[in-house]
Amino acid sequence: MERRVSVKVQRYASNGLPPRIEQYEVPQKEGMTILDALMFIKENLDGSLAFRASCRMGICGSCAMFVNGYPYLACHTQIHEIGKQELIIKPLPNFPVVKDLVVDLSSLFDRHRTVLPYLIRSEEPDDTRPIVQRPDELEAFLKFSYCIKCGICVSGCPTCASDPTFLGPQALAQAWRYSADNRDEGFAKRKESLDRPHGVWNCHLAGACSEACPKGVDPALGIQRLKRALIASYFGLFRKRKATLGPPVSWEAAPPEGAPRPPERTVTPEDTSLSGD
Amino acid sequence: MAIPLKARPVQNDLGIVGWGWAGRYGLERYLYTLHRLTGLGVLFYLVLHIFATSTRIFGEPAWKATMGFLHHPAFRFGEYLVFAGFVFHALNGVRLIFQELGYLLGKPTPPVFPYSYGLRDFRPVAFLVVVLAVVGAFVAFCDMFLV
Ligand code: HEM
Ligand code: SF4
Ligand code: FES
Repeated sequence: MERRVSVKVQRYASNGLPPRIEQYEVPQKEGMTILDALMFIKENLDGSLAFRASCRMGICGSCAMFVNGYPYLACHTQIHEIGKQELIIKPLPNFPVVKDLVVDLSSLFDRHRTVLPYLIRSEEPDDTRPIVQRPDELEAFLKFSYCIKCGICVSGCPTCASDPTFLGPQALAQAWRYSADNRDEGFAKRKESLDRPHGVWNCHLAGACSEACPKGVDPALGIQRLKRALIASYFGLFRKRKATLGPPVSWEAAPPEGAPRPPERTVTPEDTSLSGD
Repeated sequence: MAIPLKARPVQNDLGIVGWGWAGRYGLERYLYTLHRLTGLGVLFYLVLHIFATSTRIFGEPAWKATMGFLHHPAFRFGEYLVFAGFVFHALNGVRLIFQELGYLLGKPTPPVFPYSYGLRDFRPVAFLVVVLAVVGAFVAFCDMFLV
């Protein structure tokens, strides 16, 4: 007999009517993800269903939703992982609902921007002197750089639940991702956005962010490291080893003997539309 | 029904209810809530305590009346709850002091599936806090009500 899964979706059309639950029966194929089930519904049962997805491979962060009492990336979670023949899918908590399962993530991106999430250097970069990064220096921030801005951590955080202006685990973890990078010199600048009301000190280590993060980012760890660095900085104890510059490289010089060469150019920018504009 | 032209997204914040439940999360998220509740509970007790003892300035009869009133079993049980809450709060507070400074959380490891995270790697610490708090609450219970 064909295996079927019953999918209950919270529908909301932002027309002033309260949200309601709608039920669909979906034939369950092996390896079927939650996103596959939603696509099936949209293509075969109800074209008016709204959800957001793009990469369908856990990279774009579009498809986070609340399934049977836990936040998941719909594309990254197979139905059999849920272990139930009934899925109850709701929009991600702690974000405003635009329609059905589509939430407005702009508050996430706004908070992300305030922590200056990019490398800040005190001097103009020198193209000919690459910055040396040892493996341990890479590992200090690598984990945190895997964030795909899906918002799942914010949906689990109890502080975010009652304080929408709290920077939240996503932004705070990114503040540490850049501050922990040996190439970065922007901690003093970033401090202003962190050390303020609704900033880093509103984290009380509930840990839901790290538990639910689908990319293994561990925001809670980054945030506690951030607190330690801030406290150290009050006593003038936050020091970073100044990043060392490698030997000068010349972009014109031929690569050393035996080094792998890039493939020959087959088209030039001039003769294709690749030249831009 | 006419659909408003400028339909707005609906607010979906969990609010204070979200302190209690936001999904099937593990131990530490509940310790967050319990730490807050016990902190506020002990603070409430402190205010009550100052208020009750201050009746002494109205002379002995007022003081005796207050003490008599506070001998009610309900207040005794309340006192027990405050103590048990304080034991948990203090023990968990020590854990938080370490972990919120980034200790007892491990190092950032490369994100290799299946992922783990600092708090889970050090969950035995949180378990220890819970066990010690339960033992403390049990001993206090025996001491106050049984012996
Ligand atoms: C040994 C004694 C105590 C220790 C080690 C301790 C530790 C802590 C720590 C570390 C926090 C911060 C938690 C966080 O930010 O995540 C905290 C919060 C708090 N404490 Fe205590 N505490 C103790 C006694 C008390 C007492 C006696 C009171 C009340 C008079 C109290 C009331 C509070 C309150 C109201 C909070 C705020 C809770 C929150 O924002 O969630 N604490 N405590
Ligand atoms: S930290 Fe994890 S849960 Fe939070 S937005 Fe980034 S990928 Fe999503
Ligand atoms: S569709 Fe891109 S993360 Fe799921």
